[in-house]
Amino acid sequence: MFSFCADPKALEGFGWLLCYLTSGKHLGFYTSFLTVLTLLAVTAPTALAFGFGGAMAARSHIAPVSWLGKIYIVMVRGVPDIVFFMFFVIALDQGIEWMKHQVVCPDWKEPIRQGLEFRVCPQAKVPLGSSSQIWHQLYGFALAVFTFSIVFGAFAANVLYGAMNAVPRAQLETAESYGMTPRQVFRRILVPQMWTYALPGLSNLWMILIKATPLLFLLGVKDIVYWARELGSAKTQAYAYPHPDWRLWYFLFLLVAYLCMTRVSEILLGRLSARLNHGQATAAGEAMRRAAQ
Amino acid sequence: MKKLLLATALLALTGGAAAAQTVRLGTEGAYPPFNFIDDNGQVAGFEREVGDELCKRAELTCEWVTNDWDSIIPNLQSGNYDVIIAGMSITDERSKVISFSENYFPPAASAYVASDAGADIKGVVSAQVGTIQAGYVAESGATLLEFATPDETIAAVRNGEAAAVFADKDFLKPYVEQSNGELMFVGDDVELGGGVGLGFRQSDNELREKFTAAIQSMKADGTLNAALKKHFGEDTPLF
Repeated sequence: MFSFCADPKALEGFGWLLCYLTSGKHLGFYTSFLTVLTLLAVTAPTALAFGFGGAMAARSHIAPVSWLGKIYIVMVRGVPDIVFFMFFVIALDQGIEWMKHQVVCPDWKEPIRQGLEFRVCPQAKVPLGSSSQIWHQLYGFALAVFTFSIVFGAFAANVLYGAMNAVPRAQLETAESYGMTPRQVFRRILVPQMWTYALPGLSNLWMILIKATPLLFLLGVKDIVYWARELGSAKTQAYAYPHPDWRLWYFLFLLVAYLCMTRVSEILLGRLSARLNHGQATAAGEAMRRAAQ
Repeated sequence: MKKLLLATALLALTGGAAAAQTVRLGTEGAYPPFNFIDDNGQVAGFEREVGDELCKRAELTCEWVTNDWDSIIPNLQSGNYDVIIAGMSITDERSKVISFSENYFPPAASAYVASDAGADIKGVVSAQVGTIQAGYVAESGATLLEFATPDETIAAVRNGEAAAVFADKDFLKPYVEQSNGELMFVGDDVELGGGVGLGFRQSDNELREKFTAAIQSMKADGTLNAALKKHFGEDTPLF
């Protein structure tokens, strides 16, 4: 990065450290924080949408829709995350390629499955073998977002399902007696009130999601834990900046970074919770009313 | 006429795409001096140099991809990359699931490294998971302690978790030489495997032939030996 870093082996002390911490690899480490934050920013709303859909489906009066919602919740919640991240993703990837294969290469003669190998025609690869690395990375990232959303969506669905059932029936009945349609009751009364019941569960999920981001590496996305391990491991003279095993320092840094992320989240979620409890006929809402008196 | 033109244009386009086929090379990036991620975040080392030269000779466009050692064979089979170039020794067991090119690194010794000369190499010995060395340790009667990355196998010896580490001697040598006497070779060297080769899907015969031909040409004109000397020292076994 700096011109005096051209010959790292001649450097010492502070200069060495400065060059070391700004090497291309470290810049990769720093950008991986952005990757993780982007993942969180994209996944959280998507998972919430999946959850909302799942909860609405599970509550549906149409039996097949309700089964679908409930099966989604039960199945995904019961499967360990690691299985999801190893097998579901491979299956999804191969499923996409298989479908594209049927469309773009209808004349392909060879079998797609050859023993353990999975071979679609080269034009059906996603992304194409000839596309640049960035597309492969984006595709991996998209798969990660989708998988995280499905997994966390199922948990969110269960939380929201519970929260929707926790809204006092009397509230809904009152709305009905005012002549609101079921749709209006859902939109005007149920949804605004359920958040106060859903928030504790959803905030748990958010915290777990933050800590689950290292699973990204299973999907080939280089996340902060991957870089910390790679940078911290002992380096021989083959590297420009040889050093002994420094993983302890890198992981300490990660610890602090994760603690900061979760702490900031806690503060924000606390504020949100206070706002949602305001005026609610719950113990928390009652406590707020008394404190304000 | 218009349709004919369009068809020709399309044909030309797809033909062009096929000629400029990109071959993706999968490596581990954690096994210096064979392959590692240098300080610019790029794949470097002996295999980078050889791989780039092979691609040039085989007239292919190549792209480097890193993948965990654990899943390097399954990801080849599912088509995430086309070639494994990761210091992988040619063994009968691996040949059942993938096919190898001719070796580009001669059959080499594996060795034990410990932090004191009297270490018990029949005690707890660390090795990287899924390597021929791990198989050898398991059969030798020692207690095998497996790790996902090569670096962790050495760290286990340094912090006393394992009595010794068993790995390729060429990988261990720089660590021993640069440890200020903290690490040393113990016991005898062991010859394992049939050298290091490129791994291919078994159905990819054409690609394998291209690379084998390129390896043979590098062996013939001495460029491979020069690269071996550059990365592994003057006294390394040559072709």
